[in-house]
Amino acid sequence: MSDMVPIMQVGDTLLVSLQGDLDDATVIGIEEHLTSEVARRGAAGTLIDVSGLTVVDSFIARVLARVVGMIRLLGSEAAIVGIQPAVAITLVELGVPMAGLNTALNAEQGMALLRRLRSDGSRRPD
Amino acid sequence: MAAAGLTETAAGAVTITITAEADLIRVRQVLRAEAQRAGLGLVDQTKLITAGSELARNIVTYATGSRGRVLVEQVGAGGRRGVRARFSDGGPGIADIDAALTDGFSTTGSLGLGLPGAGRLADEMTVESASSGTTVVITKWAR
Repeated sequence: MSDMVPIMQVGDTLLVSLQGDLDDATVIGIEEHLTSEVARRGAAGTLIDVSGLTVVDSFIARVLARVVGMIRLLGSEAAIVGIQPAVAITLVELGVPMAGLNTALNAEQGMALLRRLRSDGSRRPD
Repeated sequence: MAAAGLTETAAGAVTITITAEADLIRVRQVLRAEAQRAGLGLVDQTKLITAGSELARNIVTYATGSRGRVLVEQVGAGGRRGVRARFSDGGPGIADIDAALTDGFSTTGSLGLGLPGAGRLADEMTVESASSGTTVVITKWAR
């Protein structure tokens, strides 16, 4: 699983890019691998780039929200970046609750968001 | 269309046999291909594929032996083109369809968005269920 989803490190931030059509087992594998890597590498923040996902159903959305929650529980920060407009429209209509999630348009703005979250010290309520 | 569990009928309909979660990917692939063939825009394609993914997942989660079938076909009416997908399984059926169509209702601890969410994403949805099985049909039209 880990070789399918390379985790890049930029300074103290991890960047993982999800691509293609993911089955549930792969998504769960990424969740576990990413959470472990945040702890192992002592990352201050993580960006999960989903711009390569053309479909996000309620299961994948739930796992994405869950992994952000897990990383925050470790004391780090995470954000989802690059949600495709068609995916955003679909998720809202599907009714997936993602309002409490940190999101940004792209990786660059995601980095800025992570910096803000860290310097703030304050956290959004879930 | 030679992949295992996938057949194209003479009428051009594609049938996908579902036996496990991994088959969801094939359902999404077929729906995407058929949606593009029918001329659906990107947002409507995404809605149809996502609705189909939810309904196919319902089969894996709830149907006896996680087994079921998905039939995808092109439809036309009044000059409009669209895609119709029929999700059927062999039971045990939905005990309370009204409840199952309500946001947040789940017997498995999921978000409970699958069936009502699919209904919102599709242009049309019908649900028939008995102890002998459940059939959900969704249609998405090109605009």
